Amino acid sequence: MIEQVAEPLQQAGFAKVVLELDVNNHPGVMSHICNLFARRAFNMEGILCMPLPNGVRSRIWLLVFEDQRLEQMVRQLEKLEDVVNVRRHGAEHEVFERLEDFFH
Amino acid sequence: MNQMTGAELILRLLERQGVRTIAGIPGGAILPLYDALSGSDIIHHVLARHEQGAGFMAQGMARVSGRPEVCFASSGPGATNLVTAIADAMLDSIPMVAITGQVPLAMIGSDAFQEVDIYGMTVPITKHNFLVRSVNELLEVIPEAFRIAMSGRPGPVLVDVPKDVQNQVIVFDEYPPVAVRAAAPVVPLALIEEAARMINEAEQPVLYLGGGVVHSGAAQHAVTLAEQAGLPTTMTLMALGVMPMDHPLSIGMLGMHGARYTNFVLEEADLLICVGARFDDRAVGKATQFCPKAKIVHIDVDASELHKIKNAHVAINGDVTDVLEALLPRIKVQLRKRWLSHVESLKGRFPMQFPDLDNPRSHYGLVHAVASALDDSAVITTDVGQHQMWVAQAYPFRRPRQWLTSGGLGTMGFGMPAALGAALAAPERTVVCFSGDGSFMMNIQELATLAEQQLNVKIVLMNNNALGLVYQQQNLFYGKRVFASRYSGAPDFMKIAEGFGIPSVDLDQEGNPRAALARALQTPGPCLIHVSIDREQFVYPMVPPGAANTEMIGG
Repeated sequence: MIEQVAEPLQQAGFAKVVLELDVNNHPGVMSHICNLFARRAFNMEGILCMPLPNGVRSRIWLLVFEDQRLEQMVRQLEKLEDVVNVRRHGAEHEVFERLEDFFH
Repeated sequence: MNQMTGAELILRLLERQGVRTIAGIPGGAILPLYDALSGSDIIHHVLARHEQGAGFMAQGMARVSGRPEVCFASSGPGATNLVTAIADAMLDSIPMVAITGQVPLAMIGSDAFQEVDIYGMTVPITKHNFLVRSVNELLEVIPEAFRIAMSGRPGPVLVDVPKDVQNQVIVFDEYPPVAVRAAAPVVPLALIEEAARMINEAEQPVLYLGGGVVHSGAAQHAVTLAEQAGLPTTMTLMALGVMPMDHPLSIGMLGMHGARYTNFVLEEADLLICVGARFDDRAVGKATQFCPKAKIVHIDVDASELHKIKNAHVAINGDVTDVLEALLPRIKVQLRKRWLSHVESLKGRFPMQFPDLDNPRSHYGLVHAVASALDDSAVITTDVGQHQMWVAQAYPFRRPRQWLTSGGLGTMGFGMPAALGAALAAPERTVVCFSGDGSFMMNIQELATLAEQQLNVKIVLMNNNALGLVYQQQNLFYGKRVFASRYSGAPDFMKIAEGFGIPSVDLDQEGNPRAALARALQTPGPCLIHVSIDREQFVYPMVPPGAANTEMIGG
């Protein structure tokens, strides 16, 4: 069967968004999140993950483009069993800004 | 107080979950589980000949029963052989729990013999998956696997269990509760009112039903909605049987191989009510040109399907049964004479064409002859290719779960093991697998399993000695440059069947093929029914890949 050819995805020119995820803390979680972005061709600019103090949950911060598929991206994330909730922040959120010193 | 090994615990939890048949193949890393299985009086094991066959048997059982069914495989190649069947279950939303053996915990990551990261490999093709790291986790993981597989939009779950975890001893007080379906989303009444208003006010509405209607058990509700509101109703490949094909409101299957009039009716719709369907490219063609004049009401239990391909004017996230129950009392009874008579005239002008229907050795004639020899209790499975589309177009499906086909993944080799699964789940029914020679040879080894189980499975083999749909596309879209789609050899399928101990009938050799076919279908037990068909017969109409549904070729 022939696959349909999709329109090329536009990525430049979109504002950035920070997504804050609470997830179950186990070794496969990052794999589920990264895999979702890879296979749905969502672009991920940055990722940061640390366990929360109780050890049961982790928090993941994602820096993504706010393209027309952001809503779909959030719905797909919410569908993952290990994702407890997803919050949205503007690009002005300081979590990635404060990290920038490590990337110069 | 209970004391047992991890393997025994898995078995007890499966038994409590209502599992009665498991298909699988043992191997080193899953032997503790098989040892425990040998002691179960409750669970019947079906030994497949290839793990993919076992996966499709579990799928066949699940597609008939609607409950999560189970398959077993060992680590390494056993697990990778399951991958196609798992991916197939994912794309068609089939509840399934695959349990794989894994090398012992301490050896994971060491490239041990028959070690693969099946957990990592199945992340994108399961609803969820687990790598069990201690025997205590099993108390939670096994019920969770079933809850996830059957809740919301169903799907496959994989549980990878290292061999030492299977052997570990656990002491525990009580078994966890038997997993049940999680509560569906609350039906949003404001959106129901809005959807009802749009349906009541529409001039030219069309109801578009998908596999979600089958999964939700909402076929009767969907038919009632159509009858109450006077809605011409189209079904996706996955939904065939939800509304009987001969129902006056049925306009058949839409999309790539739908009838011309069906796609023309959709073109004129001013409202599309999409229930448990997902605007798949084979159904809608070029999405931007699908139902160009229609507003859309979209009902789906999976929120991520809403607005994914087409933006809906009203998007309702909920179980189809719940939503339709809330919707029905708000829907006005309408005859819609003008719209339905227009639909009727389109049907008259652009009907589905079934040439040579009276000849049981032609493709449509064969499908028709099989249907004539059976009643609606029969289960029909198919493989993938031309034969699948011909059956979808021509078979008079009249009930949900009558029709089992690999829709989303389109897996050749699905049909026969899925038919075995169907017969295991419903031994009182006749199960017919339509297949093609290309597909049949992709899981032909399961004939051995069929012979052992003596299930009431008939294989109707449409043999054109080619990969027919590839041959068709090369002829239509690749300048007739036919390459790698015709076989140069021609296996003798009657001898193959004989070798496996399966009776066969060759309709090519029968003086009265219709009578021979009926006799074969009505004799209990397995049978291979062979028919040579013309390679130059193509599936029509056909929407060229990437084109709009109105740009059909042929038919």
